[in-house]
Amino acid sequence: MDSGTLAIEVNNISKSYGNIKALDRVSLNVKRGEIFGLIGPDGAGKSTLFKILVTLLNADEGTAKVDGLDIGKNYRDIRSRVGYMPGKFSLYPDLTIEENMEFFATLFGVTVEQNYELVAPIYKQIEPFKKRRAGRLSGGMKQKLALCCALIHKPSVLFLDEPTTGVDAVSRSEFWDMLHNLRKQGLSILVSTPYMDEASRCDRIALCNTGRVLDIDSPHNMVDKFNGNLYGIKAKDMFGLLNDLRTNASIANCYTAGEYHHALAGSSFNAQELKQNLEEKGHSNVEIKPIIPDIEDVFIKLLSNEQHQQQ
Amino acid sequence: MSTLKVLLKKEVLQFKRNSFLPRLVVAFPIMIMLIIPWVTTMDVRHVNVSVVDNDHSQLSQRIINKIDASEYLSLHSVSRSFNLSFKALEHGEVDAILEIPQDFEKGFVTGNTKKLSISANSVNATKGSLGSQYLAQTLASTVKEMRASLSPTSSNELTVIQNRYNPTLEYRNFMIPAILVILIIIITGFLPALNLVGEKEAGTIEQINVTPVSRFSFTLAKLIVYWVAGLIVITIALIVAWLVYGQTAVGSLLTIYSGAFLFIIVISGFGLIASNISSTMQQAVFFMFFFVMVFMLMSGLLTPIESMPQWAQYVTYILPPRYFISIMRSVFMKGATFYDMRFNFLALAILAVVMNLGAALTYRKRS
Repeated sequence: MDSGTLAIEVNNISKSYGNIKALDRVSLNVKRGEIFGLIGPDGAGKSTLFKILVTLLNADEGTAKVDGLDIGKNYRDIRSRVGYMPGKFSLYPDLTIEENMEFFATLFGVTVEQNYELVAPIYKQIEPFKKRRAGRLSGGMKQKLALCCALIHKPSVLFLDEPTTGVDAVSRSEFWDMLHNLRKQGLSILVSTPYMDEASRCDRIALCNTGRVLDIDSPHNMVDKFNGNLYGIKAKDMFGLLNDLRTNASIANCYTAGEYHHALAGSSFNAQELKQNLEEKGHSNVEIKPIIPDIEDVFIKLLSNEQHQQQ
Repeated sequence: MSTLKVLLKKEVLQFKRNSFLPRLVVAFPIMIMLIIPWVTTMDVRHVNVSVVDNDHSQLSQRIINKIDASEYLSLHSVSRSFNLSFKALEHGEVDAILEIPQDFEKGFVTGNTKKLSISANSVNATKGSLGSQYLAQTLASTVKEMRASLSPTSSNELTVIQNRYNPTLEYRNFMIPAILVILIIIITGFLPALNLVGEKEAGTIEQINVTPVSRFSFTLAKLIVYWVAGLIVITIALIVAWLVYGQTAVGSLLTIYSGAFLFIIVISGFGLIASNISSTMQQAVFFMFFFVMVFMLMSGLLTPIESMPQWAQYVTYILPPRYFISIMRSVFMKGATFYDMRFNFLALAILAVVMNLGAALTYRKRS
């Protein structure tokens, strides 16, 4: 593929920690000017992939390019072109907002004034507290400062490792708005999150689990591709209901998902029969309704498909 | 602004904002210098002596008085039987027993001398051996006096002892240069190592590692701060030595400072190795402590290298404090010059290169 149009190119990257395979032949491409989401639970290998791409960690196998540069040969050049925000707040807590910004700007050989325009929309929100030490900021403010510091040298690719973990819902939504603004300025962004609901804010996503990529597509296509009928089922005794649904032959897969259990219909599924069957088993207030799947349902389906294949 | 300058500015800011470190750098040398020289003494004082006097003569009384008057010995009791005194020794009240045999004075006059016996509690070998030596010396001088009073012509001293460089045999003079070594190890070895591992623990090192900053300037900026701190600590310690103990260096201060600076570079390089191979402060501290123990006990800080077994003496050649302690003591007490100490300086310089090369090789920006 033409690397001129690709911000990140990952080919068959593998990484093991002892016996644990953190990444297993992962391949993905991020186009320029796109927000690409790595979606997966803890232990999916998201942070490991980030560390490999920002040249903090060596891959065991495979190759990757960031901004057209090889992560092995050109790691020095990559470091001045990427912005990285690790999952854990890792700025100096004993330096003020201002000092942190100035420090990181100087390390990259720029001044805060030079790239002020890029960070301004975010920085303005924390500027009133610029004399405050970073360690004494609230979670949301820390996150904004970290983003500012990752942006201050005007990187071409931005790596955000779980930027919204531990941040309240309003701040999370605001944060995604900021990312969209940055994308408009031409930045390519790779972002990871364990929250499935944030997937819809990405242009394309990769669903991953235990070091493997299950599927890559736009969130919209991902849902469209969902092959099968999904039903939400609830009754008075939710726990008993789950057990009964799992043993029911007409249900391919069933799992908890809040108010309703989500059930993937098998070939012999009939809503009327199922309701009857459940009521015979002593369930009261049984309700069955068709449901439009979301990314989480896609993820669970992909996961169970894979488990079936392995068996 | 240059990279090193901004890194240095950050380190200084962090150092100053740390509520603990600046105080430590001032308080630590003062505390150590005020306390340690008094307590680390090998001088044995107040050896409790019980005398079993079977003679009851003028001479035995004279011996007892002499013991009572001695600065190092204190007379615990004069008892009638050895068993009584031995009980006291077993209870730890008495450190040594002197038994004066019957007819000791008579034998002394007739020339048919009987032997005095000393039994010392040598659980603490130093106290036991030095205590009985003091006692023997006291007896010898008493006997000599007695002899002199009997026949004045025969009195002449066989030996004259002169303690050069430390005429009063003050243990303190020997310890103060060694204390500087301990101070340097702690301030310039432990602190930068802990600071670097701290950045690993806090994750800030990751943020630094994705910048184009070279590992060299990043580490150098940290070290400069602690090098300066190390020199400040030494200066404070030297001032205390002068003000409190009246002890000043016989040799040149420049030689002392150049030795100290070389040693600081060796030790900070050692601290860097510790921080490179550890991922938590706990590991770093444990690693450092292991070597610091060896440094303290094997470098001639407390016990002379010459009395160690041969294999251990060979080991001491790779211990940096060995050379620095030797420089400090010689320059401080004997006024040795840089030229006199050139081999020690050379050894330190070699170790400085080796340590810092080791630090550079164990450092990884990427794992």
